[in-house]
Amino acid sequence: MAPASCALCQNAKAILKRPKTGQQICKECFFYVFETEVHHTILEAQLFKPGDKVAIGASGGKDSTVLAYVMKTLNDRYKYGLELFLLSIDEGITGYRDDSLETVKRNQQQYDMPLKILSYDELYGWTMDAIVSRIGKKNNCTFCGVFRRQALDRGASTLNVDHIVTGHNADDIAETVLMNIMRGDIARLGRCTVICTQGEDTIKRSKPFKYAYEKEIVMYAYFKKLDYFSTECIYSPDAYRGHARAFLKDLEAARPSAIIDIIHSGEAFEVKEEIKATQKAQQTCMRCGYMSSNELCKACTLLEGLERGMANSVITDRARRKMDELRPAPDILRTIPQYRSPLPAVSVEVAPQS
Amino acid sequence: MSSDTLTLKVEFGGGLELLFSNKRIRDVTIPAFVPGDSSVPSPESESIQPTSLKQADVTFLLHYLREKHLTDRPELFMEKDTVRPGILVLINDTDWELEGEGDYVLKDKDEIVLISTLHGG
Repeated sequence: MAPASCALCQNAKAILKRPKTGQQICKECFFYVFETEVHHTILEAQLFKPGDKVAIGASGGKDSTVLAYVMKTLNDRYKYGLELFLLSIDEGITGYRDDSLETVKRNQQQYDMPLKILSYDELYGWTMDAIVSRIGKKNNCTFCGVFRRQALDRGASTLNVDHIVTGHNADDIAETVLMNIMRGDIARLGRCTVICTQGEDTIKRSKPFKYAYEKEIVMYAYFKKLDYFSTECIYSPDAYRGHARAFLKDLEAARPSAIIDIIHSGEAFEVKEEIKATQKAQQTCMRCGYMSSNELCKACTLLEGLERGMANSVITDRARRKMDELRPAPDILRTIPQYRSPLPAVSVEVAPQS
Repeated sequence: MSSDTLTLKVEFGGGLELLFSNKRIRDVTIPAFVPGDSSVPSPESESIQPTSLKQADVTFLLHYLREKHLTDRPELFMEKDTVRPGILVLINDTDWELEGEGDYVLKDKDEIVLISTLHGG
């Protein structure tokens, strides 16, 4: 096959077929359109204002590594006036997170951004290694997800930032749409496609890569020779997501626009008012002050289960009530430090993402 | 180096190297002409002439890598006759979708890069 020339500059040799448009483009035009599309996403959603302090949730993986690089590039190029930080959560997974954190530490040097690492161990007194050795590999992803979400907010609060950006890409969001449809989780379906979320008591979170295809992120990292870490978590990946992911990749192979189409489809669902009304109102956790839809936030509930050696029985509210009837919480339990909201208490309608 | 073999540089990334004894880069030497169905000739069957031969292409290389170099979880590498969806292939630093994908006829010293996009972000 004769090498095609770039559909944009008509000059250099094309090196990539864009999944979004089918266009064949050269390396320089690819960098330019990829960065510019993210810039437009940021502008259209009005994600930032000058002077904002923004933490990039950094795992050392491809998405957050590319995000850190692109955020720095755009902040310099378009004079956003942002103060950027890297924020990493150390779940305490030997042979996985310790290695990926080394990547983040190199990124800190390469991108010249301050880095804050917050560990589950210092926040909750438990590493994921310790949790898995206690409860096995069955529900450990539940613990990890709940703990990470709160750890990111708490890390951001210590950094005193206004905003957390994460590397969630178009493929991730399309997967989440599919999963929420399959589970009939209408509340999460409604908010999983929202580019920027802010709860009453949480820091603003957004996804500048909402429209960026995974293929382009990986190609960008490859051609820019960015330093990222790629190993699957050693504690069984999320199997349910794995199926959604494989299905999505098959759809994409048949029709590349499927990813954007599914995001659009997720956005097009309308949640009826009476369904919205049954969703629980947000309150503050009586034990740690973090926002919660129950008296105790999920992290405190899970932590209590671990501390009382009943971790497998605290996954549901009902099981939790049973546990309380059996034996009320003793006072000597390890708890999470009090959460101080960095924001004035204003009510914003969008709830936190899934 | 004789003209009836091709030596290629094969690079794995994005976690795919974990299926190939965690070695990122290797030189691979393959025959220049291979069975039409991309089956990998085994030493015992060398005397049997396959009915049709074709010039070695990327599809053959994928089969060859799976037979000779893959050490773990073959189902994560290939599906039917091609790479599993979510694995990117570059031929001399160009997206293989621009080069005819599996039908690309390999040349001596070509560089093939295989990157998984499926590992954690």
